Amino acid sequence: MAGPPRHATMQSISNGSTLQSGDRPQAQPSQQQLSQQSPGLRVPSNRKTIYDRHLNRSRNTELSRASFAFLFGEMVTYAQRRVTGIQDLEKRLNEQGYPLGLRLLDLLFYRSTSTSSSALSSSSTSSSPPNRPLRIITLLHLIHGPLWRLLFGRAADALEHSVSPDTPNEYMITDNDPMVNTYISAPRDMSMLNCAAYVAGIIEGVCDGCGFETKVSAHNQPTELWPSRTVFLVRFGDSVMEREKVLERAGIK
Amino acid sequence: MPDNNRGVFSLIIINKAGGLIYQREFQSGLRQLSTNDYLVLAGTFHGVHAITRSITPKIPISQPAPSPATSSPSTTAPAPSSYSYPNPGVPVSGLDYLETDKFRLTCFQTLTGTKFLLFTDPLTGNVDTIIQKIYELYADFVMKNPFYQIEMPVRCEAFDRHLGAWLRGRT
Repeated sequence: MAGPPRHATMQSISNGSTLQSGDRPQAQPSQQQLSQQSPGLRVPSNRKTIYDRHLNRSRNTELSRASFAFLFGEMVTYAQRRVTGIQDLEKRLNEQGYPLGLRLLDLLFYRSTSTSSSALSSSSTSSSPPNRPLRIITLLHLIHGPLWRLLFGRAADALEHSVSPDTPNEYMITDNDPMVNTYISAPRDMSMLNCAAYVAGIIEGVCDGCGFETKVSAHNQPTELWPSRTVFLVRFGDSVMEREKVLERAGIK
Repeated sequence: MPDNNRGVFSLIIINKAGGLIYQREFQSGLRQLSTNDYLVLAGTFHGVHAITRSITPKIPISQPAPSPATSSPSTTAPAPSSYSYPNPGVPVSGLDYLETDKFRLTCFQTLTGTKFLLFTDPLTGNVDTIIQKIYELYADFVMKNPFYQIEMPVRCEAFDRHLGAWLRGRT
């Protein structure tokens, strides 16, 4: 398509500014050499790949928001192929997030146990010796605080229980400005769509990993101040609610 | 400073084929053109921009470049076989400003060929800063939106919102 001519103009312009054009020819051969030596994984000279690093080492490292936005955008575009409707698209996004939630859970537990006490005290829930949450409230606090901090660098904005007596199994986690939706504006004919269904899938994976059967869905609840406010509706299954009653009677926290 | 921002009238974005992909007024009560007129305006400006690019004067290269391959050193008075732009390091740009007594039209073309046309008051300062910010918002909220199709009209609610909020915040 329009690839080659655009590239040509870019090159001719960068020739004008001396710095870039000087750097490029040097960088390219070295990359080629590396790829010739070891096709596939690039191994640094000291033979340490990212798998040799300690898992906690990347705890506080940051990722580029832009590259995440582009990656997530591609995921949405991919999920949009051959879908029949909004619900189908949200289901696909949910399914993409689910395995991540399952895997993330282990990393979350690992990091909350193996770190110093200061990290433990900051996360209010995971300080108790039995690490896996047994009660619903403990689990929801784990999601609201540590999980959200691991994913987005801050806690979620609200955690509520359904006020309706008909649905005691429904809980709501609110994020005023979900990071996945920062750059996404859904077209008008898909105004019900919320791409945070991906995050809902992650929550579902975390809950399932903890042994809580759940269905999680993301809903738009815009306010004047927060136009992309999203509510994650967490619906626990009947078996979970029964177990919850038993645990309550037994006094387990 | 407050007077600066009252001067931003409207914004037009033209894709690299000369099609209108975005048009917005920033002040209420401006006289509106019909949609068709805006499309014609975008196409015409695209053409004029291309013409101004191609009529950029070129200067004949008076001294022949020392070519190592040829062994004859005394080629006097060469025919001006090649031409160069006055300042070869700077890429040729088309129309950048168009100014009348009543308004100033600033055109900013990105490396990818998209043009941002900003209509401002002639007294408005820092137009370049405004356009850079608009470009930044465009790169963020239009190009990162998975529902936006490249080269198609921009209908991104987040872009509208942030653009409006930023321009209002400047006042």
